[in-house]
Amino acid sequence: MKNINAMLNCTKLVTLNHIVHNGGLYKRPFNEAFEETPMLVAVLTYVGYGVLTLFGYLRDFMRQWKIEKCQNATEREEQKDFVPLYQDFENFYNRNLYMRIRDSWNRPICSVPGAKVDMMERVSHDYNWTFTYTGRVIKDIINMGSYNYLGFAQKAGTCQEAAAKVLSQYGAGVCSTRQEMGNLDKHEELEKLVARFLGVESAMAYGMGFATNSMNIPALVGKGCLILSDELNHASLVLGARLSGATIRIFKHNNMQSLEKLLKDAIVHGQPRTRRPWKKILILVEGIYSMEGSIVRLPEVIALKKKYKSYLYLDEAHSIGALGPSGRGVVEYFGLSPEDVDVMMGTFTKSFGAAGGYIGGKKELIDYLRTYSHSAVYATSLSPPVVEQIITSMKCIMGEDGTNVGKARVQQLAENTRYFRRRLKEMGFIIYGNEDSPVVPLMLYMPAKIGAFGREMLKRNIGVVVVGFPATPIIESRARFCLSAAHTKEMLDTALKEINEVGDLLQLKYSRHRLVPLLDRPFDETTYEETED
Amino acid sequence: WESFLPSQVLVQPVQLICLYAPAYHLILEGILILWIIRLLFSKTYKLQERSDLTPKEKEELIEEWQPEPLVPPVPKDHPALNYNVVSGPPTHIITVNGKECINFASFNFLGLLDNEKVKSAAQASLKKYGVGTCGPRGFYGTFDVHLELEERLAKFMRTEEAIIYSYGFATIASAIPAYSKRGDIVFVDEAACFAIQKGLQASRSNIKLFKHNDMADLERLLKEQETEDQKNPRKARVTRRFIVVEGLYMNTGDVCPLPELIKLKYKYKVRIFLEESLSFGVLGEHGRGITEHFGINIDDIDLISANMENSLASIGGFCCGRSFIIDHQRLSGQGYCFSASLPPLLAAAAIEALNIMEDNPDIFQTLRAKCERIHELLQGISGLKVVGESFSPALHLQLEESCGSRENDVKLLKRVVDYCMNSGIALTQARYLEKEEKCLPPPSIRVVVTVEQTEQELDKAASLLKEAAQSVLN
Repeated sequence: MKNINAMLNCTKLVTLNHIVHNGGLYKRPFNEAFEETPMLVAVLTYVGYGVLTLFGYLRDFMRQWKIEKCQNATEREEQKDFVPLYQDFENFYNRNLYMRIRDSWNRPICSVPGAKVDMMERVSHDYNWTFTYTGRVIKDIINMGSYNYLGFAQKAGTCQEAAAKVLSQYGAGVCSTRQEMGNLDKHEELEKLVARFLGVESAMAYGMGFATNSMNIPALVGKGCLILSDELNHASLVLGARLSGATIRIFKHNNMQSLEKLLKDAIVHGQPRTRRPWKKILILVEGIYSMEGSIVRLPEVIALKKKYKSYLYLDEAHSIGALGPSGRGVVEYFGLSPEDVDVMMGTFTKSFGAAGGYIGGKKELIDYLRTYSHSAVYATSLSPPVVEQIITSMKCIMGEDGTNVGKARVQQLAENTRYFRRRLKEMGFIIYGNEDSPVVPLMLYMPAKIGAFGREMLKRNIGVVVVGFPATPIIESRARFCLSAAHTKEMLDTALKEINEVGDLLQLKYSRHRLVPLLDRPFDETTYEETED
Repeated sequence: WESFLPSQVLVQPVQLICLYAPAYHLILEGILILWIIRLLFSKTYKLQERSDLTPKEKEELIEEWQPEPLVPPVPKDHPALNYNVVSGPPTHIITVNGKECINFASFNFLGLLDNEKVKSAAQASLKKYGVGTCGPRGFYGTFDVHLELEERLAKFMRTEEAIIYSYGFATIASAIPAYSKRGDIVFVDEAACFAIQKGLQASRSNIKLFKHNDMADLERLLKEQETEDQKNPRKARVTRRFIVVEGLYMNTGDVCPLPELIKLKYKYKVRIFLEESLSFGVLGEHGRGITEHFGINIDDIDLISANMENSLASIGGFCCGRSFIIDHQRLSGQGYCFSASLPPLLAAAAIEALNIMEDNPDIFQTLRAKCERIHELLQGISGLKVVGESFSPALHLQLEESCGSRENDVKLLKRVVDYCMNSGIALTQARYLEKEEKCLPPPSIRVVVTVEQTEQELDKAASLLKEAAQSVLN
């Protein structure tokens, strides 16, 4: 009986405490957990997708034979004999699975995306093919979906006033590129401030975070170079790597043995077939991975990079402002020096409540990017009120505006993160990721629960983000909470109460490993044996 | 029982075979059996292992390997390294490097950059929404302003639907790979801008370049493709084809021959993607772009893409067309799905700019008159030739004779630009990435005309350029 139980509920909790191992590289405990999918749940999920696929085929058949009305938009009459623009099969997932739960995404809001948000009510009378707006506004929904880590998405306050002043002075647009006539004094001020904030020699700012990656990686590496990219890197990093023309090799997510093996093989064997040595090796990692909630093992990556003489490109889109005792990102979180990271990239969208991206590093690097970056030559520069928002919020975080607001927010975010994660784990949900990451993925697995979770939470006035295939592996769909310093304890408690209710309603409490609350002693193998029942 | 003993079952038939089979047959079978036994028992050989290196040799290789520096050093006097610093707003009167000049370099065609109505609309939006949207369109980043802007753009351009992006460059660079995949064929003009080139590179399709505005060359390529198709009709039935052209080319200042392109489209069954960044808000009676300029039905163009950073004086870009085509980008446009949405204040500024465009359709006539005036005034400058149509607001001035190398040409043009800047006219050279462009245009000075420039200012600019050319080039 015990064997069958163990087989059905096979779980492995992998927690690592690197204070003991790895020669003291980590100055603080690194607690990351990815509980394995329970076997029964995996089977049921596959069954669910199977049923949906069968129904999909049935409906396609009915649509083809005109038994059911086809509500898709169609090609023009004059162009019916052109080569079809879309493969029918490509859209199978779109038509039959995505369309059923389409109302969980693209929800329109009509207020500032702070801790509470107002949403426009929309209904569909034809099963999500078209939406109509009733005109009513659902007020004060607790917002657990926007990337507002430090709560700078505000419609009043010093940041907004400063931005308003700059808007009336400079206008909204720029109408030129950086290298031509678009380099305003505001941009130079911003770049000096960013360099000071990060602790690097020099920095450069761009108009779009996605474009920062896709336009600067090709400027840094080209043919004959090697890119080692993490399995779960963001689409912008993947696109930038592809556009550069370099060879790309992928290592397992956050797995240092896999990375080391690739580095060794690359240097020893050289380029494929010609055996020439590689010109340079660039490692692409992110600070916080937004779908997993995991934090990169930066001390080990830096140790490997130094040993094998390669370069490190760190994408801190989610971790800048959110990690570290003073919000300086994942480098400060681990107590390392910013000089060890060759290219520090990040975005201003998440923690600063603005838009755009930056790259920081040594002066030679930034001079080179000023001359050869695609964005500096062909793309419009940042809009002035957006620049002012970044400057004001960054000064607030650094404490240079004379108040303690920035520091208080960073601490509030850390407290909210720990509290929220602990309570969810106690309730029995499977939560992925690192203990300190403000991105909290809660596993749903089954396709029907994706739509149900989103809708039930909205009924209870809480806005959450649910993600499924293709952003995640097919059976690992999840709900993702983004915590914010603007969330008060009451809001978090309300949210937790509702999540608890919905979790019981939808039977989402899959975790077999219940954490003992307030465990003070450090984890090691013996703890694992004790709590497995 | 006895007849079923194994010895009986086996031995008897063998004996029969040995008696009745010919000798050579037996010998052949015997050799075959011996060969099989040999193969079964011989040592299996592996393919030579890739690394016969010992761990010590590997360590040595790792020690010896020296990578190139991350970036090569840039010389201090590189022309692109030292940017012009603009203090204050880049409007009609612009302060560049401390000197006040008249702006002939920013793409502010309709003068909406410092329009008070636009600014107050943006202020109202700022008070309501703050600055950033804190999320992509799919995750609580869709605001009612975005939906309104999309509706207004679709209505203005008279198409079914429009989709907005938060960055002008990313618009066409995300739109092309959403439709054209590996194995598809794209015919693109040689003078296409860099954003189109990056979109094509990301799509991994077969690119066929045709000579700039040369319809005969394009028809030749299309005919070649047709003969290829006849060899392999099955493949031809699933290979999509596209033509990508710009309405008003940024690199050369002339228009594409759209009516001929439409004829070719229906003759060879190719779809057309039109990039209208410069022509939106400039060409046509109401500013609807090149389709209005030539009087073509907008449904004949499959996709129109433009950025809002020129005439609309905002940030971002949009694509418009039929719902059948545009809706696909909401799930496959990389710059749309994986990037934060446009800040609401910029969307509100764009809506107000559209309002102004709709209410004052005569600014387009005014702009065209000014373009034609400066085009005429700039003719006859010794040493410089004007490149661009007479109604194009973005002209190029190229050297009539190159002095040997591109570097020297650039230096010479810089002296002309500096002369003008010192005397109060702000100009800039057109910047390119020399190693990355497919067909690098020659170095040139960019002259941009806006509605805010008065006739005296146009005259002043023209005479200053004449003087500069005289003193520098002779």
